[in-house]
Amino acid sequence: MEAVDPFIFRLAIFVLAIFIGYYVVWSVTPALHTPLMSVTNAISSVIIVGALLAAGTAAIDAGSQFGRYAGALAVMLASINIFGGFLVTQRMLAMYKKKEKPAAKKPEGEGQ
Amino acid sequence: MSANLAALLYLVAGVLFILALRGLSSPETARRGNYLGMAGMAVAVGTTLLVMELDGFGLALIGGAVVIGGAIGAVIARRIPMTAMPQLVAGFHSLVGLCAVLVAAAYLYEPHAFHAGPAVEGVRYSFGTASLIELSIGAAIGAITFSGSVIAFMKLQGLMRSAPIVFKGQHWLNLAIGVAIAVFVIFLTASGGQALTAFWIICFLSLILGVLLIVPIGGADMPVVVSMLNSYSGWAAAALGFTLENTALLITGALVGSSGAILSYIMCKGMNRSFVSVILGGFGADGGEAAAGADIDRTVKQGSSDDAAFIMKNAGKVIIVPGYGMAVAQAQHALKELGELLKAEGVDVSYAIHPVAGRMPGHMNVLLAEANVPYDEVFELEDINSEFSTADVAFVIGANDVTNPAAEDDPSSPIYGMPVLQVWKAKTVMFVKRSLGSGYAGIENPLFFRDNTLMLLGDAKKMTESIVKGMD
Repeated sequence: MEAVDPFIFRLAIFVLAIFIGYYVVWSVTPALHTPLMSVTNAISSVIIVGALLAAGTAAIDAGSQFGRYAGALAVMLASINIFGGFLVTQRMLAMYKKKEKPAAKKPEGEGQ
Repeated sequence: MSANLAALLYLVAGVLFILALRGLSSPETARRGNYLGMAGMAVAVGTTLLVMELDGFGLALIGGAVVIGGAIGAVIARRIPMTAMPQLVAGFHSLVGLCAVLVAAAYLYEPHAFHAGPAVEGVRYSFGTASLIELSIGAAIGAITFSGSVIAFMKLQGLMRSAPIVFKGQHWLNLAIGVAIAVFVIFLTASGGQALTAFWIICFLSLILGVLLIVPIGGADMPVVVSMLNSYSGWAAAALGFTLENTALLITGALVGSSGAILSYIMCKGMNRSFVSVILGGFGADGGEAAAGADIDRTVKQGSSDDAAFIMKNAGKVIIVPGYGMAVAQAQHALKELGELLKAEGVDVSYAIHPVAGRMPGHMNVLLAEANVPYDEVFELEDINSEFSTADVAFVIGANDVTNPAAEDDPSSPIYGMPVLQVWKAKTVMFVKRSLGSGYAGIENPLFFRDNTLMLLGDAKKMTESIVKGMD
């Protein structure tokens, strides 16, 4: 039998990850659906790995720097998302509080 | 670093991302989950930097980009008001989409950068058929996500009217563009990745398609749109994960894709609408005409803030139902104050949230959390609906259609079948509304005319504040 195409392995990971996503996301409490969106936003910016490769590697043909600069722009956009996404999620999550005991009540700011 | 070690580390990053989402199952574990997500990102970025052939200029380029982007992101995250969260998320989606397009383009122009091996001088890299298809799908979905999210952002930010824009032959046009994109994908693949013009045509057509897909969707369907674009951004990342042969990207793309899809499903179910009908759009047209046509001369009982304060103060149990109007008026802090005063009077106060209240999933929960309302006082529809019959007052602030009994008892109503909060079962229902107009669907709410309904007309924030004053 011939060797299995590596594509099949990647497809297997992909399909299994969809199932994991399905069960994990259904277990997210509806109260946290907004932080869920902002954090998925941040992690989908892991596409930055592709952008880093493009921006960081010297072009073969010195005349064509397009790939590099496209990569650098992508690194910048992904960084906005990564920092913005994780930090805004953190700020939101800091606001979710349990019922406090009536005695210990002190006013607090917006979590930041 | 060996390629195997790098692949393992990408797997670690992927697992950390799974744990990040897992943490969101409860507010106690969510913060730790967010840190795990950050750790996953650090692992993925660090691994890439170590495994690649980084030159000095590249390092400077990356450093500059990360500092600029990171600073912009951090400032936005700090400053953004919580009410603006839907448009922020839409804006962020657009960046992921654009990023996918740029990475796909860079892959086509500088393929050797992605394979860490020198290309032969003068000979263009030969691409595999599969990777070309993956790459063009990634770029197409990325471009759709980008332009679609820009439109969603503009609608949410009020830069564009949120009413649906529909024209004849819209769906056929979309279909034709979709087919054209497929044709150019085949063309690009057949050329072995040499036909760069075809790639840019794919991107251009996808940008147009993204705009056309979102313009017909009205403001009230925005929760579905935002979730859908979330899903798209995930699929775009996953497609590029195949091209780049990167496990972290594959896992994340699948997670985000299914997350957005599930949220879209939940939102559609909350409106009793099929996903297809939301996508085809046209719903949520300004219902002005429809409401005017009904023109029934029934009387409403209008109350003052003092009446409301008096009734609530003497109630045993009050359920507060917030809606988009509360967000618009920024009334959450005043509302929290009202809740506190009522609790001090010995009233049992809780909050009821409809799944589609607001402009994105969980929008109301975040706003109440911002106002320091403890999350264990806030309940979802299915957990609190049976409580209304024992409540003395249902205080509806800035919500309308999600409380409309027509959804349960009038089969001719456009929202028939939609799950609603049964506020009418409370002894008294109070509506804080700016006017007697109908909701987004242009549907009359028969509750307004019931004997036990008290209409409190005015701005949600001002009205709540004056009720608070009336409590003394």
